Amino acid sequence: MENHEIEIPLLETRRLTKIFGSLKACDGIDLAIAPGEVHALLGENGAGKSTLVKMLFGVLEPSGGEILWKGRPVKIGSPAQARATGVGMVFQHFSLFEALTVAENIALALDGNVPIEKISDEARRLSVDYGLPLDPSAHVADLSVGERQRIEIVRALLQNPELIILDEPTSVLTPQEADKLFETLAKLKAEGRSVLYISHRLEEVQRICDRATVLRHGKVTGACDPRQETPSSLARMMVGGEVAAISGAGLGEPGEVLVEVSKLSAPARSPFAVALKDVNLTVRAGEVIAIAGVAGNGQSELFDVLSGEVTVSHADQIRIGGVAAGRLGITARRLMGCSFVPEERHGHAAVPTMNLSGNLVLSRYASDRKTFLSGGWLGLINTGPVATATKRISTDMDVRKSLVDPLAGSLSGGNLQKFIVGRELDRQPRVLIVNQPTWGVDAGAASRIRQALVDLARSGSAVVVISQDLDEVFEIASRVAVINEGRLSVPEPVATMTRERIGLLMGGFHDGAGHPQPEALHAH
Amino acid sequence: MRIELKKRDGISTLFAILSPFVALGLTLIAGVILFIALGKDPVAALYSFFIEPLTEIWSLHELAIKAAPLILIAVGLSVCYRSNNWNIGAEGQFIIGAMAGSILPVVFHGWQSPLVLPLMIVFAMIGGAAYAAIPAFLKARLNTNEILTSLMLVYVAQLFLDWTVRGPWRNPEGFNFPETRNFHDYAVLPRIIETGKTHWGFGFALIAALVLWFIMRRTLKGFEITVLGQSARAGRFAGFSDKKMVYFAFLVSGALAGLAGLSEVSGSIGQLRPVISPGYGFTAIIVAFLGRLNPLGIVAAGLVLALTYLGGEAAQISIGITDKVTRLFQGLLLFFVLGCDTLIHYRIRLVFGAAQKGSAA
Repeated sequence: MENHEIEIPLLETRRLTKIFGSLKACDGIDLAIAPGEVHALLGENGAGKSTLVKMLFGVLEPSGGEILWKGRPVKIGSPAQARATGVGMVFQHFSLFEALTVAENIALALDGNVPIEKISDEARRLSVDYGLPLDPSAHVADLSVGERQRIEIVRALLQNPELIILDEPTSVLTPQEADKLFETLAKLKAEGRSVLYISHRLEEVQRICDRATVLRHGKVTGACDPRQETPSSLARMMVGGEVAAISGAGLGEPGEVLVEVSKLSAPARSPFAVALKDVNLTVRAGEVIAIAGVAGNGQSELFDVLSGEVTVSHADQIRIGGVAAGRLGITARRLMGCSFVPEERHGHAAVPTMNLSGNLVLSRYASDRKTFLSGGWLGLINTGPVATATKRISTDMDVRKSLVDPLAGSLSGGNLQKFIVGRELDRQPRVLIVNQPTWGVDAGAASRIRQALVDLARSGSAVVVISQDLDEVFEIASRVAVINEGRLSVPEPVATMTRERIGLLMGGFHDGAGHPQPEALHAH
Repeated sequence: MRIELKKRDGISTLFAILSPFVALGLTLIAGVILFIALGKDPVAALYSFFIEPLTEIWSLHELAIKAAPLILIAVGLSVCYRSNNWNIGAEGQFIIGAMAGSILPVVFHGWQSPLVLPLMIVFAMIGGAAYAAIPAFLKARLNTNEILTSLMLVYVAQLFLDWTVRGPWRNPEGFNFPETRNFHDYAVLPRIIETGKTHWGFGFALIAALVLWFIMRRTLKGFEITVLGQSARAGRFAGFSDKKMVYFAFLVSGALAGLAGLSEVSGSIGQLRPVISPGYGFTAIIVAFLGRLNPLGIVAAGLVLALTYLGGEAAQISIGITDKVTRLFQGLLLFFVLGCDTLIHYRIRLVFGAAQKGSAA
């Protein structure tokens, strides 16, 4: 690896370009991956990383430029062709059928007709060889996210690829699961395989990658050895400037109890949903409670019962400002001063085919009835005040848009999220409950949203932030709880919380008596 | 080889507006080819189909009479389709509404009073709404596919009407014809103006279109309909109930279809017969989409589709072609409307084989 500069690269792109309409998602990308290296592709959301690897894997067709494999130009027209060439890929969002077994899922992705027993044996052998414990006959629905990712990795390895592309592999893993993944990557590297590792987590890139290529706005802004850089120099390359630090995270003394969840259990509403088990939570005025956890451990279910989109069996299991609210719907809870920001922007928090003013009315027509509606039971929408409020929110949250009132779906993820958060902050809610506030949002917008959440708590409101992003949790929370398989740990002050401890709690190790006790170990 | 539909990056507003007109133009071109294939002079045929009915006052009245049920039903359907409820059974709701509205003049024909007509209207709307409530209930409670249930209930309604006018409601003085007795004067929908045949059914249609246009455009209810149609999840987040919307949409469209049925039997036919509709409930689906699910657009589209009914009759008389051509024209029009809409949003790509598809790099 030391002399990779003179070797012929395993994969090389020259002026690779992809244009969507008027947007250059990738603009003349030059990239070279040497045999046996772990190469990082760094960049913010929307920088063009996913577009680039989709071209390498034959999912998207390049608009210009060329791809060279071992020095020879190749055309990769489909994922099957990519696999035949020697490229394997593990996607960020898994393409697995939950009702099928591991082996069946692997068989589906293979070209040609291979008997399922052979696949099982091969998968078992690979999973042992690479330290990826996996039972080929298990049903995917029963597996954790980390285990599902292993299926994807094993599926890619079965093709014996020379280059493996991993798209944001650790975004869904606990720190401990991520460590295991890194061991596997080291093994692959030792065998002489190359890895293209896509991430925006600087620390892990520094830890495992030999070289890094940084993308911003579809262009290569830097190529470096990540170990020679500092996290802040890498961040500058990614963002193109300094990111504002959150100020005043240390909040004052919390006040009265505003939200009280007691002994809340709720059955799973579908075979693939998570049941909530004996959740207890008290949130006071003036504090930010963060609920950390790996995706799919009951976060959306918890959000749904807190928001009132799903009501619970006993009214006093959820109290808002002292009033039993468990049987009340979302509108009634909004009228009690609560605001909600769900995780999914398109089709949950906002209707993408409606303009911003319509999306403002969506969550505010009841709480701001006096301003936004007139005509009594007729319910006429007052377009004037709605337009004024839309403009105010866009200015306050720095929502960047080309039209005065564009369709929500035409905004970038970060800008739409700023509008959605701003829509709720604009009414100064007493209680704000947010699920994944900065998921898929660029660093600048994320910092603005986090600052706004902290400011709201400082002004005396109670804020609950459900987040997978540990950096975010440590940046804004006053207390931290962890959700795992529908159970919520006791919130602890952020000052005494460590990443390792959160990692243990994420993995299901709860401690009732002050020392770690494995409560629910997975049977493998 | 396979055909792929790829979403276009930007949608041209100009073409979105032009689309219904392009569809009309293509229908006319297809009509020319059709008439040539039938051995008729296409110019004369199209003239008698689309122009002749517009040249005389009496036929303009006919146009309004035929357009009235189409507009009434389609305006109701637009509420359904906008809220993502697929009511295909307006024909059945039309029939049951007409029957419910006919109870007073047929069964209680001795009671003659100015109150009869308003009550008939109320009965008809309740009847149509009640019949539409069946698929609504099945969808909201049992998650049944409303396309199938509402469509199948059409045939139930048709056969029920047929049985009723041949059996219990047959006119005792009617020489055994399968018809009810003629409506008495208090039960007949009056004309809008003395000199022409157009009755109040057309007035109801215009009022319904204006009211629903206002609701859709200005009110929270219209907002709720749109939100739930675009995304049920976002609707629940807003605090709207998708189940209640199922009932609302079906009841509104059922009531309007019922009113259309009553207008037709009371204003045009004057009694119940085994068949009271030349397929208004189905044609209204075309009207709703040709009018872009916009109540004002539906008024225009209703007039266009009514013209195909009149033109069919005219062409049958003047150049001797079958009236099936009417159905054909309506089908062509729907085909081209949906086709144009699809091509505005999507690009068609032919893919030859799986392996060679990335050939343009």
